Amino acid sequence: MSMLKEKFAQLRQQQKTALIPFITAGDPLPEITVDLMQDLVAAGADIIELGIPFSDPMADGPVIQRASERALEYHVSLRDVLEMVSRFRQMDRETPVVLMGYLNPIEIMGYQNFAEQAADAGVDGALVVDLPPEEGQEFQQILKQHGLDQIYLVAPTSTAARIERICELSGGFVYYVSVKGVTGASHLDIKSLDEKLKQIRENTDLPVGVGFGIKDAETAAAVSQVSDAVVVGSALVSRVEALADQPEKIGAALRETLSGMRQAMDNAVHK
Amino acid sequence: MVTTTEKMIGNYPDERGHFGPYGGLFVSETLMDPLDELREAYQRFMQDEAFLKELDEDLKHYVGRPSPIYHAKRWSEELNGAQIYLKREDLNHTGAHKVNNTVGQALLARHMGKTRIIAETGAGQHGVASATVAARLGLECVVYMGAVDIARQEANVYRMRLLGAEVRSVESGSKTLKDALNEAMRDWVTNVDNTFYIIGTVAGPHPYPAMVRDFQAVIGREARRQMPEQAGRQPDALVACVGGGSNAIGLFYPYLDDREVAIYGVEAAGSGLDSGQHAAPLCAGKPGVLHGNRTYLMEDKDGQIIETHSVSAGLDYPGVGPEHAWLKDSGRANYVAVTDQEALAAFHDLTRIEGIIPALESSHALAYAAKLAQTMRRDQIVLVNLSGRGDKDMHTVAAQEGLKI
Repeated sequence: MSMLKEKFAQLRQQQKTALIPFITAGDPLPEITVDLMQDLVAAGADIIELGIPFSDPMADGPVIQRASERALEYHVSLRDVLEMVSRFRQMDRETPVVLMGYLNPIEIMGYQNFAEQAADAGVDGALVVDLPPEEGQEFQQILKQHGLDQIYLVAPTSTAARIERICELSGGFVYYVSVKGVTGASHLDIKSLDEKLKQIRENTDLPVGVGFGIKDAETAAAVSQVSDAVVVGSALVSRVEALADQPEKIGAALRETLSGMRQAMDNAVHK
Repeated sequence: MVTTTEKMIGNYPDERGHFGPYGGLFVSETLMDPLDELREAYQRFMQDEAFLKELDEDLKHYVGRPSPIYHAKRWSEELNGAQIYLKREDLNHTGAHKVNNTVGQALLARHMGKTRIIAETGAGQHGVASATVAARLGLECVVYMGAVDIARQEANVYRMRLLGAEVRSVESGSKTLKDALNEAMRDWVTNVDNTFYIIGTVAGPHPYPAMVRDFQAVIGREARRQMPEQAGRQPDALVACVGGGSNAIGLFYPYLDDREVAIYGVEAAGSGLDSGQHAAPLCAGKPGVLHGNRTYLMEDKDGQIIETHSVSAGLDYPGVGPEHAWLKDSGRANYVAVTDQEALAAFHDLTRIEGIIPALESSHALAYAAKLAQTMRRDQIVLVNLSGRGDKDMHTVAAQEGLKI
């Protein structure tokens, strides 16, 4: 059983919704990323989504763009990101790690090479934003051979036929992009979210996570009542940004924000 | 080689936008359905007689087509080689070939019921051409432009504003064309219901490379008709500059089956291909994925896109249209590069000898054409796509000479 599958099974038993924080690897300093990942786990993260820095993050809003820029000042490469996961794995064998990024850094490393090294490092899944199912079949096969899950996005614009196809192809969980827009956007509408998730669930037994636009504990709690996982990115990364020149304070700040979300989500579910 | 090109011509891209290994659809899920809707509309309207008639009328009466072909006799005489002919896209309304495409896409936008136009621009020519058609059709228009480009193309920024467009400065990344494209994509993904994204070159996700090519191919279709009338025969060689590559593909495409016509695309070598300061992905880059398609890119060993350099803002782009990548690999077209200095020399030559001030982008094609012509016989013909006029470049050229105007 993949670690993602195992984790979701566990959470389902405990009637908990997964909390998945996102940070960009190397932001603001490469040497603190592994510590920050541990802080996130301590504050209640069930799965960690780690961003691979890219020079042209087309699907991201300004907050996560700037995180990439900060990491790239230190030339953080995909190899460096895998090295960070590997160090994290030495200390934490239970929290699944999903890499999120864009295709070009993976393509230049080579799909096979990437899959081998990612599996060795202890990565559990990959979400490649600009690799839709139409172009992703070769990559997906190679990931599968190495026991890695490929996570695909479903968007508000996805047609019923696309949703069906994406659900068939997805591994680990299905990631629903809750708003039309880039990461960090606003205006998340819980009611239409619920309807869309129902439609997705008609096509799959996989857990469904929701991300893009979850800004605070209140939204996280609301989303957690209709989804299997809540992904939080920009809300955390903007705290990293605010403390970029006081990196020793970032861990505590992330713990504060994330544990607030965790509590709100757990209370909401138990209500 | 012959079998590859035979298979290639007329059959590309495939239904999902692939030119051999290049092109395709590499975007986030949110854009997949809107791109499908666009592809469907484009394919439908390109078969629709009323739409095509409207487009033809616009190209004739608004753009001023057909653009003439001019025999640069004095320059050819001076070079003492092949005869150089110029396809005068610089005489189009708004001063460059870009308007051929914006007229087409804006018409499509209107037929699709979209009320808002967005565009990215480098030199500002595509931004001006988009703002122009938006004004004419009464559509809201937002143009994304890198902060660096805004500083070096002030006149075009002002033109866009006069035309009623909002010019949004892009401060991320290298603050040039590639970042403007990222930002336009982000806008599109957010406002996809009412917004039509007019991409200015033959790059981006399917169907853009094919659609922009089809709107620009009017250049080559006209040339194939005009050359026999004017010169008695088709040219021996075609030369066009390549940034994203829309003016080049527009000239080349209708000639791809004419095997006896040699094809040269000219990239910007900036300070020289060895210097690393250039914008020549086909000559000195490698394949990768950016802006929705697989193509040749300027990238570092980690797959990060690197900053480009060219004296010409319109060529300052780290990627290139996927069809050019395919034409390069298949051997049907040759890709070469000329430096800033060579382009500036050609700029001055054409200005002084023929009384035509070319755009700095087009000056790259002129510089290579001059070199090529000198290796050919006097009874041979080189047809150059003079893709734009140089009015917008006065500040840049003056600055090269230490003048401020």
